[in-house]
Amino acid sequence: MDFASFLIQLLNSVQYGLLLFMLAAGLTLIFGIMGVVNLAHGSFYMLGAYLAWSLAARLGSFALAIVVGTLLAVAFGLLLEKVLIRHFYHRDHLDQVLLTFGLIYIFEEMRSILWGDDVHGVAMPALLAASIPLTDTLSYPVYRLFMSGLCIVLAIGLYLLISRTKLGMKIRAGAFNHEMTEALGVNIRLIHALVFALGVALATVAGMIAAPISSVYPNMGGSVLIMCFVVVVIGGIGSVRGALIAALLVGFVDTFGKVLLPQVSGMLVYMLMALVLLYKPEGLFKA
Amino acid sequence: MTTRRLVLSRSAALIGAASSGLLLPELARAQGNKIRVGLMLPYTGAFAQLGVAIENGFRMALNEQGGKLGGREVEWFKVDDESNPAKGVENAQRLVQRDKVDVLIGTVHSGVQMGIHRVARESGVLNIIPNAGVHVATREQCAPNVFRASFTNSQPTLGLGKVMVDRGHKKAVWITWSYAAGDEAFEGFEKSYTAAGGQIVKKLGLPFPNVEFQALLTEIAALKPDAVACFFAGAGAAKFIRDYAAAGLNRTIPLYGSGFLTEGVLDAAGEAANGILTTLHYSDSLDTPRNKQFRLEYAKTFKMQPDVYSVQGYDSGLLLLQGANAVKGDLTKKKELYAAMQNATIDSPRGKFKLSKANNPVQDIYLRQVEGKENKVIGIAAKAVSDSGAGCRMAT
Repeated sequence: MDFASFLIQLLNSVQYGLLLFMLAAGLTLIFGIMGVVNLAHGSFYMLGAYLAWSLAARLGSFALAIVVGTLLAVAFGLLLEKVLIRHFYHRDHLDQVLLTFGLIYIFEEMRSILWGDDVHGVAMPALLAASIPLTDTLSYPVYRLFMSGLCIVLAIGLYLLISRTKLGMKIRAGAFNHEMTEALGVNIRLIHALVFALGVALATVAGMIAAPISSVYPNMGGSVLIMCFVVVVIGGIGSVRGALIAALLVGFVDTFGKVLLPQVSGMLVYMLMALVLLYKPEGLFKA
Repeated sequence: MTTRRLVLSRSAALIGAASSGLLLPELARAQGNKIRVGLMLPYTGAFAQLGVAIENGFRMALNEQGGKLGGREVEWFKVDDESNPAKGVENAQRLVQRDKVDVLIGTVHSGVQMGIHRVARESGVLNIIPNAGVHVATREQCAPNVFRASFTNSQPTLGLGKVMVDRGHKKAVWITWSYAAGDEAFEGFEKSYTAAGGQIVKKLGLPFPNVEFQALLTEIAALKPDAVACFFAGAGAAKFIRDYAAAGLNRTIPLYGSGFLTEGVLDAAGEAANGILTTLHYSDSLDTPRNKQFRLEYAKTFKMQPDVYSVQGYDSGLLLLQGANAVKGDLTKKKELYAAMQNATIDSPRGKFKLSKANNPVQDIYLRQVEGKENKVIGIAAKAVSDSGAGCRMAT
């Protein structure tokens, strides 16, 4: 591998890692702050992709579809929290797993009824459809760079929200000691509802943003969910910063694994996870 | 001493058993007036539409002959195999043992097929494969009661090599998912491409069903081959086509593939698919009177357009009809039945074909080019392509 190829592969791995971060951030938030294991996280990603496809076709604009889709996702998250998730905060993790596992099937069936089982493509917004030539044979799609930029903005935004705002302080306090925070007059129920909706919105937005390059298809949340859990576990459950580092690490190992060790590339990421757990059973960063 | 009550209940049980047919000799029931046809296909999950297309095609073939097989009525049994290999044997046994089907039609997924195959070999039930291309079913583990109406995974790519070399592409990179179907497709490509004088510069693979292609596309760009050949299918194929074009590779390095690359995904792939050349045993746009008539009838009956899977289901029906008609519906005459099927000429929408000694179609492979969301046939890539059938020793 010459130096130019190395740099391009590095770009690939950062770009993949950032996308993984956007996906895993919502999961680690819900997991870390509310202690809810949400297996349906991948389904929100899939719903996001289908929303982007159907809204873009209906509204005629991809950007508008993202805005409307995000609002719908927040509303959906709030509703789901109120109707179901709220009753499971103090239940066993196994109960939560069963509930959210069931939700996966319900969402898949809903998707099948609403949108059918076809594979769809979402057109890239014209503004971002171009490619930048890197070598004489290879170009880099502007949209991928746009996605990376968006993920960085999101990472910074999440960091500021949680560590620098009053709301963030309450969220952290609630995660640390639920009863005490409530006793101090913080509406912890509202905070939980907001965090859950934020987590759902993050996954849905990730699905919408990824739709133009990943195409839209049934069961697309499944493989994504597994990668999300790998990232969350490596990064340390509940740690947003950990998720970012872990996502970049996974992106790097996956990309270079495919090129340098193709025979074992399928398991390299999991070996990384095993290695991290061996030396740091709680992940790289403890929340 | 038996009480009166016990006698009564025993005779009641006996009458019940007799009326439900439990006491009838096996033979009498097997020759009952209806032929029991079992469909084991995916009706849910990623391959659900393929299952429906195959069933539609199969029923259409029978309906063209009055819905009968060799003059006998048909009773249908259906099992959703969910494309789940873990339940392959169990589902096949449900049809064979519980429903006592005379013929089992199935399936799509190669892993599930291996489950059916085990049951078919053990029980001797007639099995017609309407899609799954797994090699061993008509190679090392071929069986006189197992017929395939579709293709083997290496058949489409056996047509690919010469086409590429003829177009001046002598150095190629191969890329696919590292799983059985991908490896088998590679076998066909390697054989035909090296035989035509081409050189495979590098073989790239990624774990199934991973769709993060960017790293490997970067590598293709660095290798600068004359062309790329691939095997992908379904949603992953749509993404590969789009990523390939977005990376600008389609401008300088033409993309070839097994025809499944461009089946059912052209809407999703959009303009990125234009110009891609693929090889397959069928194309929707095949310009023959037989195909046009088939497509018209199918669209009229089912209110949807047929695809390659409908054709394979239809041909499974034609194959079974030829056998059943030859034995006048008595499927217990296995020797005559299998001989008739083995020697049958199938008047398929894809073109007439016969079966090889291993019970797999010997068929033309078409060269198709994507143009405006359609696979346009631009010629025959290879005539009468037969799978090697390596290792098949048919016990007769």
